Amino acid sequence: MDFRLGESSEALRSEVREFLDEHMTRDLEEQVYRTGVSHDEEFTRALVERGWMAPGWPVEFGGQGFDPIEMVAIGEELRLADAPTYGIGTTMMVATVIRAAGTDAQKAEIIPRALSGEIVIVLGFSEPEAGSDVAAAATRAVRDGDEWVINGQKMFTTNAQIGDYVFLLTRTNPHVAKHQGLTMFLVPMDQPGVEVQAVYTLSGERTNITYYNDVRVSDAWRIGGVDEGWTTMTVALTAEHGAGFAAAIDRLLGAAESWARTAADDDGVARLEDVEVREALGRTAVDLEVARLLQRRVAWMAETGLPLATEGPMSKLFSSEALKARAQDIAEIVGPDALRSYFDPTAPSHGVLEHMVRFSLGTTIYAGTSEIHRNMIAQRGLGLPRTR
Amino acid sequence: MELRPSDEQQQLIDAYAALYAKESSPERVRAAEPLGFDRALWGQLVEMGSMSMAVDEVHGGWGASVLDLALVAHEHGRALGPAPLIETQVACRLLARGGGDAAQALLKDALTGDRLVTVALRPPRADVAFLVPAGAVATDVVVLHRGSLLVVPTADDRIVPQNSGSMPLADVPLSETALAAAVTVASGRAALEALDAALDDWLVLTASALSGIAERSVEIGVGYAKEREAFGQKIGGFQAVGHRLADCATSAAGAQLLAREAAWSVAEDPDRSAELAAMAFAFAAATARDASDYALHFHGGYGFMLEYDIQLYFRRARAWANVVMSPAAACRLVADRRYGPRGAS
Repeated sequence: MDFRLGESSEALRSEVREFLDEHMTRDLEEQVYRTGVSHDEEFTRALVERGWMAPGWPVEFGGQGFDPIEMVAIGEELRLADAPTYGIGTTMMVATVIRAAGTDAQKAEIIPRALSGEIVIVLGFSEPEAGSDVAAAATRAVRDGDEWVINGQKMFTTNAQIGDYVFLLTRTNPHVAKHQGLTMFLVPMDQPGVEVQAVYTLSGERTNITYYNDVRVSDAWRIGGVDEGWTTMTVALTAEHGAGFAAAIDRLLGAAESWARTAADDDGVARLEDVEVREALGRTAVDLEVARLLQRRVAWMAETGLPLATEGPMSKLFSSEALKARAQDIAEIVGPDALRSYFDPTAPSHGVLEHMVRFSLGTTIYAGTSEIHRNMIAQRGLGLPRTR
Repeated sequence: MELRPSDEQQQLIDAYAALYAKESSPERVRAAEPLGFDRALWGQLVEMGSMSMAVDEVHGGWGASVLDLALVAHEHGRALGPAPLIETQVACRLLARGGGDAAQALLKDALTGDRLVTVALRPPRADVAFLVPAGAVATDVVVLHRGSLLVVPTADDRIVPQNSGSMPLADVPLSETALAAAVTVASGRAALEALDAALDDWLVLTASALSGIAERSVEIGVGYAKEREAFGQKIGGFQAVGHRLADCATSAAGAQLLAREAAWSVAEDPDRSAELAAMAFAFAAATARDASDYALHFHGGYGFMLEYDIQLYFRRARAWANVVMSPAAACRLVADRRYGPRGAS
């Protein structure tokens, strides 16, 4: 057995750290928080110049050919720094789907512009009445000659205000079982009938509701077969190896340790001397180690070609729930100072501890709630009957 | 990165799994209660070289890695092996680290099973080593006494308390007679370092055993939830049941990965191994505690009956850990190892 990521991964990690030292400034971190937009043109340009838009893609498709384990090192560092990569993440996820399931024309149109950072693609999956049950999507697409006419509403269309395309899950056949009547489209945002309404969230992230009123899209922008949208969705949802929030726990622990070393109690003793503080830090370090192992296991299995069953859901479930629990523990041992807000000049560790309590909530909800992941583990992993 | 045991290691796992299937069935585990010692299983463990594998060739063993020992300990935990495997392995490694001809002679006898040597990981109070694991069946106990690490022979004056884990524990008095017959393994700083190293061995191997208890508890709970019907359906189809079991299965997987990493690090990443040992123990102890609790609870009233096996797991998940350290104490130990002890920062 060998628990090291390996030399090439660690070398890559150092390169990413150097890159982040230069490009991921505290000012940029603050801008991301104040605007609620995890996307920045300048940062994206720097990534493009470094060739890191699609580092895990084969070289012939414009990537760097890094393997899943090397990608772990890149992902861990970018997330630890909270780099503004959300827009890049959704864009490249859709580009990956198009590379796998798109037409030649779609590939030629989208992939070069995605790799150059020219376009942002956003995700239009969730709806007001279809969140965890995403296959219940009701947004309608009706064929009209070579075009489709789309009507409906999507929730949590993050980055829609800067998006060039939305990757839209629509219902094309309401008369069959819900998973069988879905079709995916790549819809240009800059056209009549598309409306974006801002939604502000507890973590500070800005997202949107998007409305589609008689939006016309050419059949050439259909991704995958008619009524085969669920297959296309599956490609999209499995494109992400190593989903998990280990790096966020790392960020929490780093901020808490920095607080414990610098803050003092009423007698002037460093808080790191406090038994309760030490126990909470120790417990957070333990959960970080477990989260890392569960997350790295997914990448290792992908790299080794082993069939994934419930390792991904385990990683996502454990890391998000642990992040939420430990962020709350830490806030409680820090005490009143933990109330001082992210980027308030009086806050310890520039307020990361305060932010984590809010940020962690979303991690147990988006990309499949904890309950959805528990269902998958119970059914696919443990062989229990379908739960409701 | 490679998360699979090697072929050789898999053979080792299979050999011990087969041994435990034969010599440590739930019936045998029950039959060994309340003392918690099955002489036939113990004999088989000795015969397989379980003590010899724990020490290197120079000391008469065959020098398996701590990772190998941990893989075996996992099987030991799954089967609730009623024999002091971990205690004696830790003691043999401790004797091998120490000096002195007398101690080395003792080690030789310990490897062949002629003596059963265990360790008191906590310092004695008022010259009594309390609740020494395997103390009830040991011929000798390694114990810290006035700054020296001594091997003290056990005698009739030891007290064997019945206990919730059906463990062969004993309160061992360090009488004048016992101390007169004692052999010194190490003194001063070397004694403390040797005891710390023994604690690390014990933490990592017990973590692995507890990960086995957790894994088997989940299997038992899942097995029952697939069979038992209530309100017209299998109870595993209720989210209140299935979701808890999913959490337990997730933690059990994490506990096994972390125990293996901690054991691997002893040879491959020694700078982190002390911290990882405490981490692995903290997580495995909490996981085995919770998994055995939920698995028992989902049996309903049957889980409360002695007849069902899950209670065997529930009791040992707690006892095997708490005899030395709680999960919370292990988290504080993690902090000591990350930041140095209190007062040192």
